Amino acid sequence: MKQFGGQALFLDRSDINTDEIIPAKYLTENTKMDLKPYVLEDLKLGGFDPKRDLADKGVIVSRANFGCGSSREHAVWVFEVNEINTVIAESFARIFRQNMYNCGMLAIELPAADIEQLFNLGGEVTVEVDLPAGKLTAKGERTAEFSFNLNDFDRRLVAAGGWLNYADKHY
Amino acid sequence: MGYTIVEKIFAAHRRDTPTPENIILDLDVVMCHEITTPIAITDLEARGMDRVFDPDKIKVVIDHVTPAKDSKTATQGKILRDWARRQNIRDFFDIGRNGVCHALFPEKGFIRPGYTVIMGDSHTCTHGAFGAFAAGVGTTDLEVGILKGVCSFRLPRTIKVEINGRMPAGVYAKDVILHIIKKLTVNGATDRVLEFGGPVVASMSMEARMTLCNMAIEAGATCGVCLPDKITAEYLWPFIKEQYTTIDEALADFQEWHSDPDAAYEQVLEFDVSTLVPQVTYGFKPDEVKDITEMEGVPVDQIYIGSCTNGRIEDLREAARVLKGKKISDQVRGILSPATPKVYNQALEEGLIKIFQEAGFCVTNPTCGACLGMSNGVLADGEICASTTNRNFNGRMGKGGIVHLMSPLSAAAAAVAGKITDPRVMLD
Repeated sequence: MKQFGGQALFLDRSDINTDEIIPAKYLTENTKMDLKPYVLEDLKLGGFDPKRDLADKGVIVSRANFGCGSSREHAVWVFEVNEINTVIAESFARIFRQNMYNCGMLAIELPAADIEQLFNLGGEVTVEVDLPAGKLTAKGERTAEFSFNLNDFDRRLVAAGGWLNYADKHY
Repeated sequence: MGYTIVEKIFAAHRRDTPTPENIILDLDVVMCHEITTPIAITDLEARGMDRVFDPDKIKVVIDHVTPAKDSKTATQGKILRDWARRQNIRDFFDIGRNGVCHALFPEKGFIRPGYTVIMGDSHTCTHGAFGAFAAGVGTTDLEVGILKGVCSFRLPRTIKVEINGRMPAGVYAKDVILHIIKKLTVNGATDRVLEFGGPVVASMSMEARMTLCNMAIEAGATCGVCLPDKITAEYLWPFIKEQYTTIDEALADFQEWHSDPDAAYEQVLEFDVSTLVPQVTYGFKPDEVKDITEMEGVPVDQIYIGSCTNGRIEDLREAARVLKGKKISDQVRGILSPATPKVYNQALEEGLIKIFQEAGFCVTNPTCGACLGMSNGVLADGEICASTTNRNFNGRMGKGGIVHLMSPLSAAAAAVAGKITDPRVMLD
């Protein structure tokens, strides 16, 4: 199975929508790789520079209702081609969350207090994901462990490498 | 314990229950447009799976950027067009016959009570107005839908939204749904269905119900839904008259989908619209909503009337009430995009197009373009648009542009005044 985790990018805002993650004008690209330069281009977050801040990151940590708005799976693909494999947030919009699992990627929900703790670890934070155990280890200036629950079906989708593989085998 | 409409639809379409929380549904309609479908098609080709589960259950339209504006959008259209031909999909709507998907497909009678519907488009929730379960999905869900005719969902809980009172003059379905989103917030209905009911909904046209259901997603809902009734049956009659001898017979059949009186709702919300005033958004989220009287005087650069939310014939009639015999302000430009060819033709026959043109509006072909800043009315940095669309996100209609969502009547009033203004003072 795919490995999950990496250095964390902290996006300290709720309701980050898929138009901010990948503006609609780029939805005319016909390959996923062509989306790469435009990731988070319209994110409304003071001081954020996608090119500088996204370098070497594998995990995004954010607040509530991440990925709301449009159904565009481009918002997941643009993370995938930028080597982001996991998003951790207080909550997700339904379609974005489903798109992540459908692509075999992780959308992990944690309680607000855990998210707050993640934001306050200090320094460059690296997140390790132990999927079978349902455990996250985050190491910054301080280290913290968190447990998470994955819907059993979402777990199967990740193991299958996505919904198309799973559906082709079962239906 | 009884069941809600969506629970009944789920029970009737259940293919599999891989876990207690997840349900695999058989699909009645899979709808496709040129923005989210081409990558599904090319992926199916690459996997050697270039086939469809049932060409008659797949409905296809080019609507987001039409006519094509450049080589890339032309290629997206070509991929979709070639695929529809190759797969013998008869219901394919190309330029000249195309319109905004969520306005066009209902007009064609493709959506019926009790149906399950998906599309790679978040505003698919619009079709719940017909008593269907209709949900927006991503490209992978769409791809599996095309190939296998199934889609996975968690069983959603239902919030019942009772709309009571009497709609005041100058207040429309758009104002009601903006007010509801303000109360629910942008994630107040995530993983929920919004079931709209009550006397106000019972007397709403199908067009108004579609506006209501269309914006359910802006509160995070999986689907908006209205119970199918006589108004639904009358709208669908040209498409179902072979199936039933009378409208009452159709109605009796639709009854099976009605939520039971003892159905379990997670929550029941009641709204009295009798004192509601026209609503308008500020900021960058669709739950940032104020009474229009609080936004009076905010200058605008562009007026846009159209989209799957408010580009139907009733919307054009409402706007024309204010525009008739008037000119739009020198400070603004106005764009009207009737949502379908049928709406366009009806507007021509009723003299509405003339009213818009004489007022100074540009009338374009049916397309989604401007709503999401792809074509047909993109904003420049710092420009402000009074728009009948559904999202005021940062950059939605063009990088650096600002969008205020409102009803067609309020948008028309803003066009005349050159600024946001209470449209009720312009009514006769």
